[in-house]
Amino acid sequence: MKVPGKMLPKIVGFIVRKPVTVLYPKERLIPPETLRGKMRFHLDRCISCGLCARDCPSGACTMHEIDGKKRPIFDLDYCTFCAQCAESCPKDAIEMTSEFELAHYKKGEAIVQ
Amino acid sequence: MGIVKLPIGPQHPALKEPENFTITLDGERVIDVDIRIGYTHRGIEKLMESRTYTQNLYLVERICGICSYAHVENFTQNVEEILGLQIPKRAEYIRTLFLELERLHSHFLWLGVAGHEIGFDTLFMYTWQDREVVQDLLEMISGNRVNYAMNAIGGVRRDVSEEHRKKVLEGMDYLEKRTEYYKEVAINEKTILARAENVGILKPKVALKLAAVGPTARASGIMVDIRKDDPYASYPDIPFDVITTNTNDVLGRVVVRVLEVFESIKIIRYLMGHLPDGEIITKAPRKVPEGESISHTEAPRGEDFHYLRSNGTEKPERYKVRTPTLANLPAVAEMLKETYLADVPIIVAAIDPCMGCMDRVLLLKKGKEKPGELIDGERLRRYGIKWYAERGWKA
Repeated sequence: MKVPGKMLPKIVGFIVRKPVTVLYPKERLIPPETLRGKMRFHLDRCISCGLCARDCPSGACTMHEIDGKKRPIFDLDYCTFCAQCAESCPKDAIEMTSEFELAHYKKGEAIVQ
Repeated sequence: MGIVKLPIGPQHPALKEPENFTITLDGERVIDVDIRIGYTHRGIEKLMESRTYTQNLYLVERICGICSYAHVENFTQNVEEILGLQIPKRAEYIRTLFLELERLHSHFLWLGVAGHEIGFDTLFMYTWQDREVVQDLLEMISGNRVNYAMNAIGGVRRDVSEEHRKKVLEGMDYLEKRTEYYKEVAINEKTILARAENVGILKPKVALKLAAVGPTARASGIMVDIRKDDPYASYPDIPFDVITTNTNDVLGRVVVRVLEVFESIKIIRYLMGHLPDGEIITKAPRKVPEGESISHTEAPRGEDFHYLRSNGTEKPERYKVRTPTLANLPAVAEMLKETYLADVPIIVAAIDPCMGCMDRVLLLKKGKEKPGELIDGERLRRYGIKWYAERGWKA
């Protein structure tokens, strides 16, 4: 570089600068509103059409017959959070929330119904 | 010193992905290279045949983690062409915005990786810090940092609001300032010049013969850019230049990518200034009529090519993908010849290789032997019985 020490102000800046990372879980970054997280399912709006299960790309959404009504059950272990089910639903029975902290111990624990 | 054959890979600390370079060395000089690929085949093309078009939207996106949007753009263009669907103008602009944002983050990523390969890790830290700005913009609009799930057949799934528009423009101002700095570093910094100048030479004639694509070809002075040659999305409306250099070396590839960042910023500013109003999606039928279609886009690494054959059902009959890395690999073998062993990492990194997206079914041919033939289960069974019968076995 033509002028030596051109990077110096930047380097000094890094010494006094606040770290970019935060101390999770004490401090949290706010996710954008558009984030697709865990879905919420409204059973009363569901008409058992099965479009959500038909369009699900990862097999997370499957149709089951419970109490005489066919309804989807979502297994978040398989879910890629693409929100295609919410988009395919003709009655807006599926809604995406911005909840993303879904860690759990065993397979099959994270089920939305 | 005699001739030594040095295998690098498939598993090697210097490689990010499994591939095999068998390098023939005379002392420190590389005299021949044999590239063996096929270690990361995932069977995506076959898998696509058993899934509906809507499901495939999310699968095709996962071909590549970095240029994922170029793939999904190709896929939707193919389906829309067979359907004869005209997508709204606003959707086209949003798609172009994503294509360019993706180019920005890919080029920043590559610049960092190139810095890392030559041992200039400060550059790596700097560019990856700036790449976060692009990633945050992508996350803000689409909800995801990678695999944005933005495209639907017939348009895009999410709109760009006025607030998003302002933030994108702010981000572009910051990135332009930073890229000015990288430009100066790339052209004047001795650390980079010493490692990149006159390394990995690819002459224009050779680049044409070996069908190099993207920044690799443009660094050899070849004007090839699908955005100009066969405009798609809203590129016909947008004024921008194709960047080429004529140094034919790794430095040229650095300069091309840094200057392309400026072009991308220019395109994004134009898009944000001329965003048309209206719908973002048109309704598309589930079944796609019989037909064939090809689509190619300029992914950050070069021309990305997709082929689709449909048969009137909800699922494609055949899908074919050719990613830019595969097109650039023969050029790598050429670039590596007559260089030093120490230059191998940066020359390979200079094409921005992405082995995971590249691997398709391979048919290996050795010398003048006959190519292998396909045997189905029944023929194999009969062959087995015959083989043992010849050796005295009786049923």
